[in-house]
Amino acid sequence: MFAYLVRRLFLMLVTLFGISIVIFFLLRIVPGNIVDILFAAAGYVDPADKANLEKELGIDQPLVVQYVHWIGGFLRGDFGYSYVSEKPALQEILPRIPITARLAGLALLFSASIGIPLGVISAVKQGTKLDYALRVVSLSGLSLPSFWLGLLILTASVAMFGQMPIFNPNPQTWLEAFATYAVPAAAVGFRSAALTMRITRSSMLEVLRQDYIRTARAKGASDAAVNYHHALKNAILPVITVIGIEAAFLIGGLIVTETVFNIPGVARFLVEAIRWRDYPIVQNLVMFIAVVVVFANFTVDMLYAVFDPRIRFTE
Amino acid sequence: MRSVWALAAVAALSVLTVSTTTLADEGKQGGILRIYHRDSPGNASIHEGATYSLNVPFMPVFNNLVIYKQDVAQNSMDTIVPELAESWAWVNDNKTLTFKLRQGVKWHDGKPFTSADVKCTFDMLMGKSQQKFRQNPRKAWYNEVNDVTTNGDFEVSFNLKRPQPSLLALLASGYTPVYPCHVSPAEMRTHPIGTGPFKFVEFKANESIKLTRNPDYWRKGRPYLDGIEFTIIPNRSTAILAFVAGKFDMTFPTEVSIPLLKDVKSQDPTAVCVVEPNNVSTNIIVNSTAAPFDNADIRRAMALALDRKAFINIMFEGQGDIGGTMEPAPAGLWAMPKEMLESIPGYGPDVKANREEAKKLMQKAGYGPDKHLAVKVSTRNIPVYRDPAVILIDQLKSIYIDGELDVVETANWFPKIARKDYMLGLNLTGNAVDDPDQSFYENYSCGSERNYTNYCNKEIEKLFDAQSQETDVNKRKKLVWEIDKKLQEDVARPIIFHARTGTCWKPYVKGVTVMSNSSYNGYRYEDVWMDK
Repeated sequence: MFAYLVRRLFLMLVTLFGISIVIFFLLRIVPGNIVDILFAAAGYVDPADKANLEKELGIDQPLVVQYVHWIGGFLRGDFGYSYVSEKPALQEILPRIPITARLAGLALLFSASIGIPLGVISAVKQGTKLDYALRVVSLSGLSLPSFWLGLLILTASVAMFGQMPIFNPNPQTWLEAFATYAVPAAAVGFRSAALTMRITRSSMLEVLRQDYIRTARAKGASDAAVNYHHALKNAILPVITVIGIEAAFLIGGLIVTETVFNIPGVARFLVEAIRWRDYPIVQNLVMFIAVVVVFANFTVDMLYAVFDPRIRFTE
Repeated sequence: MRSVWALAAVAALSVLTVSTTTLADEGKQGGILRIYHRDSPGNASIHEGATYSLNVPFMPVFNNLVIYKQDVAQNSMDTIVPELAESWAWVNDNKTLTFKLRQGVKWHDGKPFTSADVKCTFDMLMGKSQQKFRQNPRKAWYNEVNDVTTNGDFEVSFNLKRPQPSLLALLASGYTPVYPCHVSPAEMRTHPIGTGPFKFVEFKANESIKLTRNPDYWRKGRPYLDGIEFTIIPNRSTAILAFVAGKFDMTFPTEVSIPLLKDVKSQDPTAVCVVEPNNVSTNIIVNSTAAPFDNADIRRAMALALDRKAFINIMFEGQGDIGGTMEPAPAGLWAMPKEMLESIPGYGPDVKANREEAKKLMQKAGYGPDKHLAVKVSTRNIPVYRDPAVILIDQLKSIYIDGELDVVETANWFPKIARKDYMLGLNLTGNAVDDPDQSFYENYSCGSERNYTNYCNKEIEKLFDAQSQETDVNKRKKLVWEIDKKLQEDVARPIIFHARTGTCWKPYVKGVTVMSNSSYNGYRYEDVWMDK
């Protein structure tokens, strides 16, 4: 188990190093920089002023020097200053992380707590009206883009209740706090829940046809014991994989959801930073997301080992 | 005797009526005005920006020497009133503009305001000081100013190279606040200090901007509001829905498009909405340094092919204006008379005849039904740019020009224009002040950085100077019309239309005036109050 852990940790570090290179150079390949954008906003380009500003921000340096400067700072915990706000990058990023983390966590919770039970029910009740109804729900979840669902929820809230659940930084009531996160989390988690439900259903159907399930039933085990103790435990591995992958994909969904619900989280902030070519913010934020995703996958790998002991021995 | 009593009664009633009106019109103190903001401005320094995304939230922090009267929609020389100045006078054959300054005014950090601050500000704008702005987009406004001198703590003079009556108009713009000497440009970008009715509290990028009432404001009894909060909501649908749901008291000024305005009124019939021109023209920039638009006939044909009315009908449901460089009347002060405008090729009402003429010019240049000219129409990837570009491409088809849309990201737009890497471009030009000096020198003068097409006509340049020095308004107007007509005939930067946009607020918000000939000057907010 220890060797397995070390191997995975080493792989994680190599992946992060590769990601840092990709992030840095991809950003530089994109045409235009912060100075171009600042001058675009002013409607003119003054070559002398432009050169001065590039020098001030250090983007006139060779790329390798810029990379070493950035990654060295990152490792030392010095994340530099935002080109746009001129505030420390960490000061800009940190307050936004809990907001997105809460939203993503709730969305994943929504996805798992709705998707897994409904998937099990759908599999157990295969071919019934309930199964068909649940499959329609899951299909609609996969088909509805989260931005559209978000706008639909907002429009319906205004039309039906005259209220709107957009972000409130200082909620006064429990209901406001709930609406601040729960509604957008449901909007972004709906698609995830639908996917989780479908994977759970198909995985369960496969397991339910296994001989040992028949044996368990023959031995007089109750339906609940068969479905949840014997079948679900073995059907859950692909579901965990999907939830792990979804955690990474969630960032994409959150960009749109944070924009529609006007949530000042990292996802929307990242898009704005890319638009401004605010390198210190983009590099550090994407690196942070990469760390989270790589770590989530690492956790999933560890969970595999916990759920299926054969994995540690075969690897 | 009876008539004397009757007169007295009428007089008493009149006094009562007047006093009642005054009471009703008096603002109530208190309340936070909540406005949504369309995007996150790059910084908080008005002098370093060129977008009204910056003026709207930060103009309330500052004062100018003079300002356009905030409760009059149409900016003109007659509506300029003193602000940090108490009075002004033109002396020395109109070559010196002297201001007597208000005494006892304090910066938000408690330091006193003096003439040194005015000198510092304008020296920095003219690039004459040690401290520099990172960007100085309006440096050219002060080309005719030799220097700024002080006489004691409360008098300042602008010494000009030649008379320029428009200088006063430029000083009255929302783009011309006075900055404190003791605060660096870098600090002003992140934490602006002004003398204005509201103090800066915080600016969270992509989130919010908060201002609070300045209790020591020099204008007693103002501002009425306790503060202003701007919530940054880039998504238009969310912002409008939030306004309808009562999360905001006011929309972002001039940001509600005509179709959206209908939505707002249908969902919230109590909302007060006004539609005004905003002195932003949608125009075509032509690269006349390279083929095929180095051919004057093709440039003229393109201008003749425009059906301006169709643009306005499609994009604004008919609510837009056709004009030249200067904003059309009645909102615009310098617009050509209708007959003069319609005498310019392409402006006549008979679009079909114009296009027939255009076809002939194209055929003369070697193009026709069997040989179309392929061009790229470049524009920024923003709906207000993209949408008219698509209509333009459609209209050009009628004269054998096949356009292809080339959508350019904002970061790459100006570098692309600067290196002349375009054939046709669809562009928007906003004017901070409805004044020919600002518009002509900035957009058409030889060597100007914002003259994207490098149009340069020495004869017209002389006329620019002539109108700029002319102190008789009527004579100046005639010169301006002549110049504007010539610019359109030369296809210097064909103007397609001037847009109109909407602003809405809740009925309890009082004292809002939306300017009709500029989107940059009406956001001091010291007279705004809430009746609730």
